[in-house]
Amino acid sequence: MPRFRQTSDILKLMTKKQDIRDIGIIAHIDHGKTTMTDSLLAEAGLLSPKIAGEARALDYLEEEQKRGITIKTANISLLHEIENKPYVVNLIDTPGHVDFTGKVTRALRAIDGVVVVVDAVEEVMVQTETVTRQALEERVRPVLFINKVDRLIRELKLSSDQVQSKLLRIIRDFNNLIDLYGEPEYKDQWRVDPAKGTVAFGSALHRWGFTVDIAQQKGIKFSDVVEAYHKEQWQELQKTIPLHQAILDMVVKNLPNPIDAQKYRVPQIWKGEPDSEIGQAMLNCDDNGPTVICFTSAQMDPHAGLVATGRIFSGTIQEGDQIYLVGAKKEYRVQQVSMYMGAFREVVNRLVAGNIAALLGLDLARAGETLINMSHRDAMIPFERIKYVSEPVITIAVEPKHPKDLPRLVDIMHRLAIEDPNLVTTINKETGEYLLSGMGELHLEIAVKFLKDYGGGLEILTSRPIVVYRESITGQGVVAMGKSPNKHNKFWIQAEPLEGKLIEMIEKGEIMEEMGRKKIGTVLYKEAGWPAHEARNVWALEEHKNMLVDMAKGIQYLREARDMIIAGFRWAAQAGPLCEEPMRGVKVKLMDVQLHEDPVHRGPAQVMPATRRAFLGSFLTAGPVLLEPVYKIGVSVPHQWVGEVTSIITRKRGRIAASEQKGSITMINGYIPVSETFGLSAEMRSATSGHAFWQSQFDHWEKVPESIALTVIEEIRKRRGLPPEIPKPSKFIDEA
Amino acid sequence: MGELVFVGLGLYNEKDISLRGLEEIRKADAVFAEFYTSLMPGLSFQKLERLARKKITVVSRKILEEEDGKPISDEAKKGKVAFLVPGDPLIATTHVDLRIRAERQGIKTRVIHGSSIVSAVMGLSGLQNYKYGRSVTIPFPKEGFTYETPYRVIMENRTMGLHTLCYLDIKAEEQRYMTIKEGLQSLLDVEKQKRRHVITPSTLVLGVARAGSDDPTVKAGYVGDITNHDFGPPPHILVFPAKLHFMEAEALITLAGAPEQIREIVK
Repeated sequence: MPRFRQTSDILKLMTKKQDIRDIGIIAHIDHGKTTMTDSLLAEAGLLSPKIAGEARALDYLEEEQKRGITIKTANISLLHEIENKPYVVNLIDTPGHVDFTGKVTRALRAIDGVVVVVDAVEEVMVQTETVTRQALEERVRPVLFINKVDRLIRELKLSSDQVQSKLLRIIRDFNNLIDLYGEPEYKDQWRVDPAKGTVAFGSALHRWGFTVDIAQQKGIKFSDVVEAYHKEQWQELQKTIPLHQAILDMVVKNLPNPIDAQKYRVPQIWKGEPDSEIGQAMLNCDDNGPTVICFTSAQMDPHAGLVATGRIFSGTIQEGDQIYLVGAKKEYRVQQVSMYMGAFREVVNRLVAGNIAALLGLDLARAGETLINMSHRDAMIPFERIKYVSEPVITIAVEPKHPKDLPRLVDIMHRLAIEDPNLVTTINKETGEYLLSGMGELHLEIAVKFLKDYGGGLEILTSRPIVVYRESITGQGVVAMGKSPNKHNKFWIQAEPLEGKLIEMIEKGEIMEEMGRKKIGTVLYKEAGWPAHEARNVWALEEHKNMLVDMAKGIQYLREARDMIIAGFRWAAQAGPLCEEPMRGVKVKLMDVQLHEDPVHRGPAQVMPATRRAFLGSFLTAGPVLLEPVYKIGVSVPHQWVGEVTSIITRKRGRIAASEQKGSITMINGYIPVSETFGLSAEMRSATSGHAFWQSQFDHWEKVPESIALTVIEEIRKRRGLPPEIPKPSKFIDEA
Repeated sequence: MGELVFVGLGLYNEKDISLRGLEEIRKADAVFAEFYTSLMPGLSFQKLERLARKKITVVSRKILEEEDGKPISDEAKKGKVAFLVPGDPLIATTHVDLRIRAERQGIKTRVIHGSSIVSAVMGLSGLQNYKYGRSVTIPFPKEGFTYETPYRVIMENRTMGLHTLCYLDIKAEEQRYMTIKEGLQSLLDVEKQKRRHVITPSTLVLGVARAGSDDPTVKAGYVGDITNHDFGPPPHILVFPAKLHFMEAEALITLAGAPEQIREIVK
């Protein structure tokens, strides 16, 4: 049952950093993350007497069920006692479905350890691999919970020995992931082992679980569990071996506290100087250092406004503090500081490093944003941008059924965009359409459901999903000249492909615009082997992995035109000349410039179009190609239908990378273009009589085969109302 | 092949056009005009058409810049075309491209001059033509972009003892004309960052409004005072005088109400 404690007691606990654990739970879809979280909240929730009077944790869960939606909470704080010693476990929300992988990564920034949940029947799946890899990349230590053991007994009717050998296989597969993705200095230590208490087994649904330790203590063997189910006495298990004890014991005993964790995690997730004042404070999780918070979530609360939740890496935060948001470049006064008790926010005066805080009054705070106290604002290097593994690859248009609802829809879309930064909401200025881009069909389905629910039954019409493409180049283009509309300014620009290695570095966040020109220069020179004069002159790094480099020398007024040239570059990169899809992986070199003397004759309206023209012109001479998003797909299917699944994937231009037998099931892994996946569910279902379970997630961009590229481009151009032919370079390149 | 005649309209209203200009218009097969490069506050388009005795087609910036003035050159290939431009047609560099392109296409071009703000300001203020440095436009501030050029031009001219003529930006499409107050504010904003004491409240400046009209406002004084002076409706223009010749000082005091102390700047 939830513990009721005075806020002051909890606050005292929160200053004892050795007794804090900041953790998350990650899992493949339907492996039981939500059930497990609910069970922990119900049994080990932490409630203040004030809130307890109004609502109990269980009521909260009922409310959630009644509404049929998950009330999203950014954090749940739990109290757990081991040998009468209390610990605070902060459980930071990580969304469950693969389409939300971006959100998972953001949460990983703030946690030191994870419980990876794996379904005992389905075993290690595509997304188990993805989220575990992401955790290891952020130096988040994993422990393993093997869930749904009851199904092995009840549905698969396995014997005690068979159960154990299946569980051992899961542990082996999981440790293989750690071997594959872990860093050498940690992976040996981080391998999970039942004997060391880093693996728990159980059933979140039936709320029981144990580690080897607990089993020995309570004298329980696997055969007892099997027996309990055979005798329909599994309810007993809830009492003898409650789930929350197994999980929280495992967490407290094996996952690090903030002091230990920040020592090795800060250098991995923060690229500033470790010897600086801020660096030292974070490494030591120092309450007296500068205040640094990294936000993991921003939610709109109907009463409180924007609630920004994040982890305090150093210093303290209290109401009235003047702070600075590094990304938004804006000063704020903190209006309220709260901690979490269970799933509820409780206002407090002050919180110290190592804890999770919810702050009010910071309107521009978003997940991934860095907070610093005012006096250190200029010294702060923001946390490395979250490494997005996924990109929005599917778009739908939404509109209200009744035009009068449009303002409401716009308002809710705005809110949705705040809460889920992986969702891109845009307005098509020409058609007035409202567009939602997400990481997959399910992601968008859930977004639309959110719009409907929060709009109080708002009726929404949605279009057929459309795949998002990219335009890129395969060679070096000519040095193209573009004149401004008034013909008084000239720009010479050359486009060439950005090295694959560099694109990868940008995707990993090893190069980002916020690092500043100097630091980008150092990385490009030292790690990408760029010549110094190119490396130190990067002007802009665009969101779709395009880079603008200034190679022009000694041009008067160039400083004044710089921001306009960058704006023209970004404009062009957002809509390429093939079919106005965003460009990807293009290095744009500004070779030379001639400007008019007077500033109004070289304003943005002159410079931007000229820059864009020259860029598009050179792009078209550089062997332009269309790229399409490709999913990684994982299918688990009984042996007899393997042939059907394989033929569906290959017929849809996909390819099989590996297939592996796991008991009676075959796991097929492969790749399939996103454009071929609409309707895949139905086909898969009918070909395998519903026996195939599959998961897909964005993996990479790939050149659209030449045989169909022109048709695809033509279709997109038609949809956008463009003339069918791709323009010639001469449309953009001007003659002297 | 036809002919393209650039005709200056002058400063204030339709009557500022020269007799030669009017003759050219009346002889033309087609007449075009643009009004986005400056504001002629007293101009009535109907009266201008009546005077011209023919229909006049107004062309936008878009047609001239993005479409290279195609309707004009198309007509000029067939016959005689008059293109009407406020002020003196080629003082601002805007239309020289159209002229060059026409010549290259074999279209003959000529220019009928009109009175220009440049000469009007020199005349109204008494600040001598011989002593001006580079002129510059103060652009409307735009978020994300900063302009330091006007500030730098004033500074450089002054170190050489030269006056600076500052045109004020206009956005005719939006009916926005920068006022003297806005222009000075924009310079003071740059001063705040640069701190080179180029524009301070005690810097001498001359403001002129509606040059060419019957009631121009011509006022010289210190930036602090001129900022608050009521210059009336647009168009406005600014001059930053450098060292003054004694005749210039007397002219500013007598014709532009400058404070008597400016005699001290005379060298």
